[in-house]
Amino acid sequence: MACAASTEPGGQFDLDAPWQLDAQVRVRPEAFGALLYHFGTRQLSFLKSPALLAVVRSLGAQPSARAACTAAGVQAEDLMRYAHALQTLAASRMICQRGTV
Amino acid sequence: MSAAPSLAEQFQFGLQAPICLTWELTYACNLSCRHCLSSSGRRDPRELTTAECMAVIDELQRMQVFYVNIGGGEPTVRPDFWALVDYATGHDVGVKFSTNGVKITPEIARRLAGRDYVDVQISLDGATPEVNDAVRGRGSYDVALRAMASLAGAGFAGFKISVVMTRHNVGQLDAFKAIADRFGAQLRITRLRPSGRGADVWDELHLHPGQQRELYDWLVAHGADVLTGDSFFHLSGFGTALPGLGMCGAGRVVCLIDPVGDVYACPFAIHPSFLAGNVRDPGGFAAVWQHSELFSDLRRPQTGGACESCSAYGNCRGGCMAAKFFTGLPLDGPDPECVKGHGEQALAAAAFAPAPRPSPDHSHRTAPHRTGERQPVPLTLSARPPENAARPPVTACDANPLAGFVPGR
Repeated sequence: MACAASTEPGGQFDLDAPWQLDAQVRVRPEAFGALLYHFGTRQLSFLKSPALLAVVRSLGAQPSARAACTAAGVQAEDLMRYAHALQTLAASRMICQRGTV
Repeated sequence: MSAAPSLAEQFQFGLQAPICLTWELTYACNLSCRHCLSSSGRRDPRELTTAECMAVIDELQRMQVFYVNIGGGEPTVRPDFWALVDYATGHDVGVKFSTNGVKITPEIARRLAGRDYVDVQISLDGATPEVNDAVRGRGSYDVALRAMASLAGAGFAGFKISVVMTRHNVGQLDAFKAIADRFGAQLRITRLRPSGRGADVWDELHLHPGQQRELYDWLVAHGADVLTGDSFFHLSGFGTALPGLGMCGAGRVVCLIDPVGDVYACPFAIHPSFLAGNVRDPGGFAAVWQHSELFSDLRRPQTGGACESCSAYGNCRGGCMAAKFFTGLPLDGPDPECVKGHGEQALAAAAFAPAPRPSPDHSHRTAPHRTGERQPVPLTLSARPPENAARPPVTACDANPLAGFVPGR
C-alpha cells in the first residue's frame, strides 16, 4: 500500500503533514483545472480549479499542505475548502503523506 | 472554487483530449450479435496495421489519454492484440478491453491477472443461456461463463461483466448481479442503442416504458455498485438524477476510433454524419480531436430545442444523440425513449421519413439477421445483341458524343 495515512472520505485532513501526489498518478491540465488518473486503482478524479491544481502540484515540494496552499495564493478563509478537497483526493489515494511510501 | 460552473457545463465545451476513448481494433468477430452497434463480422482490409496502432498509442500517450476502452468486433482475434495491449500499458495508456471471452483461456487469464493497467470486460446479454444466446448466438453464454471462471480462477478481481439492457433481460438484473458477485466481478449495464445492427432489432428489443421505470428504480437502489457508462441519463427524467455526468459526451469527452482509423463522435454513431476525420490524416488523431469541424460544432452551446420547456430537461438533457438520429428524430428534440412519452409522439410524427441507415456494415454475409433485406436478386444472363457485337462496349468513361450510336438505322 503506497498510501496508508488518514484516508477516510469524511476524515480530518492533516494540513500540517507533508503530502505528495501518488507515484502512480498522472495529471492532465485542462481549462477547468485538471484530470487525475491513478494507474493502480484505475480511478479518475477532477480538480475543479486551476488553483487546486497549483496546490496539488506543489505538494511534494512544500513542507506541508498548508504551505502548498499558501504558496498557491489560497486565502485563509478558503483554506478549509481546500483541506476538504485534499481530503477527498487522499481518500481516493490520489495524494498521500510523504514518508508513508 | 464554489462559483465555478459544474463539470458537465465545463465539459460541454470540450477537453484537450477525450476522457473516454473507445477504440475498436477490428470489425472481425466470431459472433453475429443481433444488436451489434458496429455491425461487425468481417475484417476490413483497410484496418490499421500494427505499426499504425502503435503510432496511435504514442499519440494517445502524448495527449495524456490515460486509458482506452478497446473493443471491436472481437479485438482478441487480432493476432497482434496482446502485443498492442502490452505496448499501450508500457506507454502510460491503460487498457480496458471488451470481449465475448473466446480467447480468455486460463493461461491468458493468469497473464492478465498480473497486470495493473489492464481491465477486462466480458459481454453477456442474458443471465440464462436462453436469453443470452437468442441475442448473441448459440453457445456464447457458455463461452462467456468459461472466460469468467478463468479470470476468477486466476485471481483477476473486479473484472467487468457488461450487459446491454433489453426487454428480455431487464427482469434478470438481480440474477446478473448474482453472477457478478459469484465471480468477484463488477456488473456494468448499458443502454441498447439503435446503432449498427441494433437499428434492425430496436423495435423488438428496446425497453417498454414500464421496464424503463423498473430499471430506473433498480439503478437508484444499486447505483453505487453498478457501472453504467453514464448511459441511462435519459432516465433521470423520472426524478432524481442518476450518478454520472448526465450529459451526452459525444465529441466533447467521448469519441470512437474505428478499425480503419475513422474518428466518430461516439461509439454509437458510426455514420458519415458523425465522422470527424481519420487518424491517418495529417496531424493524426490530435488534429481530428482538436480541430475537426464536427467536434467544434458539438462543442458550441447547444439548445434543448423542443425539450427546453420540459420540466425534466435539466436532468435528461434531451437524451442520446445517436438514439435520436437512428430512429429518424431531430437531434434537438426528445429521445425516442423519453420518459415523459414525448419520444413516442415524435416517432409517430417522423414515421413517414425513413431513419438514416447505420453504415458501414461489416456483418457476416451468412448472418441470420437481415434476411428481409438481402433477398437474392434474380438475374438472366444473355448474350449481347449481335448488331453490337463488333463494337466495344459503351462505358461511363467514353467521352465521344456519338458513343453507342449506330449509323444507318
